[in-house]
Amino acid sequence: MSDVLSMTGAPAKEPAHRPAQRGAPPPLEVRDLVLRFGEAAVLDGLSLTLGPRGCTMIMGPNGAGKSLLLKLLHGLLPPTSGRIDWGGHTAPAMTARQALVFQKPVLLRRSVAANIDFVLKARRKDPARRDGLLAHVGLAHKAGQPARLLSGGEAQRLALARALATDPDVLLLDEPTASLDPASVLAIEGIVAQARDRGVRIIFVTHDVGQARRMADDVVFLHRGRVSAHSPAHDFFPEPACDAARAYLDGRIVV
Amino acid sequence: MQSIIDALGLAFALVFSADADLLEIVLLSLRVSLTAAAVACVIGLPIGALVAIGRFRGRNAVLIVMNALMGLPPVVVGLLVYLHLSRSGPLGFLGLLYTPTAMIIAQTILIAPIVAALSRQVLEDLHAEYAEQFRSLCLTRIQTVRALIWDARYSLLTVGLAGFGRAVAEVGAVIIVGGNIDHMTRVMTTAIALETSRGDLALALALGIILLVISLGVNAAVQSVRMTAARQAYV
Repeated sequence: MSDVLSMTGAPAKEPAHRPAQRGAPPPLEVRDLVLRFGEAAVLDGLSLTLGPRGCTMIMGPNGAGKSLLLKLLHGLLPPTSGRIDWGGHTAPAMTARQALVFQKPVLLRRSVAANIDFVLKARRKDPARRDGLLAHVGLAHKAGQPARLLSGGEAQRLALARALATDPDVLLLDEPTASLDPASVLAIEGIVAQARDRGVRIIFVTHDVGQARRMADDVVFLHRGRVSAHSPAHDFFPEPACDAARAYLDGRIVV
Repeated sequence: MQSIIDALGLAFALVFSADADLLEIVLLSLRVSLTAAAVACVIGLPIGALVAIGRFRGRNAVLIVMNALMGLPPVVVGLLVYLHLSRSGPLGFLGLLYTPTAMIIAQTILIAPIVAALSRQVLEDLHAEYAEQFRSLCLTRIQTVRALIWDARYSLLTVGLAGFGRAVAEVGAVIIVGGNIDHMTRVMTTAIALETSRGDLALALALGIILLVISLGVNAAVQSVRMTAARQAYV
């Protein structure tokens, strides 16, 4: 049985290889963010303020702009207009201090271990961390196997280990548990929760209301390219701040 | 018809007797074409990779030129190399004309564009898959190129094979710059041309059979490697 899916349900602790003085996650200030593709505005004047700690869940119907917002925050896309400020840094300047886990993990055509080695080498991290990272996500026993033959849950855990190998201050997750079985979902949530407990800022896109309830410190609800609600989790779920969020939580169609 | 059958019989006899002259021609052919393919890969793969990941002004023009160069006429390449290496040419002082090195140069010029253009396509497809992940990891251009070439290694084997295939089967350029000199620059294709014109069909057929066997053997080996890699999802 993998370490992650152990009887306790908690992921194995990553050995303390992280630099002691890692940069503190900065606060995020987004102002009047617009992203257009041709005439269509996918994000339409989005503003948002996030503190430097905790786990923020971003929710909203399909097409609300959640994944694109993550890419903008990570500096992978330039906005059409508006401002993203990570504690005085632009989004592209923050890319190296963040890691993004995509919904569909992009794994190199190499072994599981070589996928970690690649990142550790590229980012000049201690190569000895590889085994600890693999154990942390419960893939130590698969180290020599081809990465692209992993199951969906295993592939996503490898992507997560690769992200953690970069020692991110901010971990961005784009529906990492979409279409995974419940055990894999819990395994990934455990790894993410442990990263949050170590001080990594988590920004997590999900459609899974149960997951959001389990993980969220605060919830940002996007609708029509804007933030239509942003509140602490203990307020958001019992009393959503907008009709769209209420309809979404009730399982009704949000248009 | 009888003469063809007789020639085939003689050809197989030559092949199985490991005739020294025949062996010399085959080994020189392999030396020249494998070296040219290797040099063309060293030149062509990085060019293909840089064009695959680069976005620059005039990229479309570069693509058109790269693709057009795949169809370089061997005799034209042979002529240009000849003009450069001949005694009165700019590189005449090197004394390379009518040597295997001149043949390697000509074949390299012929197949480097093939390697560059085909590898560009392979690497561009792979880069489309990896690009966001690599940008997220803040990889440098060199790191990106290295990673792409390594991850596409099995597909690039086929590209190298295409280059070798073109080189080993080519006759126009090597006959101009090599001169088809016995025991010096005679390779399979030039020998086949010569022996056919002289009416020695047995030797020509023997060389033809070996050329086909080499081609089939190299293809089978590469295909086998690719299938093994595909089973591990490395392709």
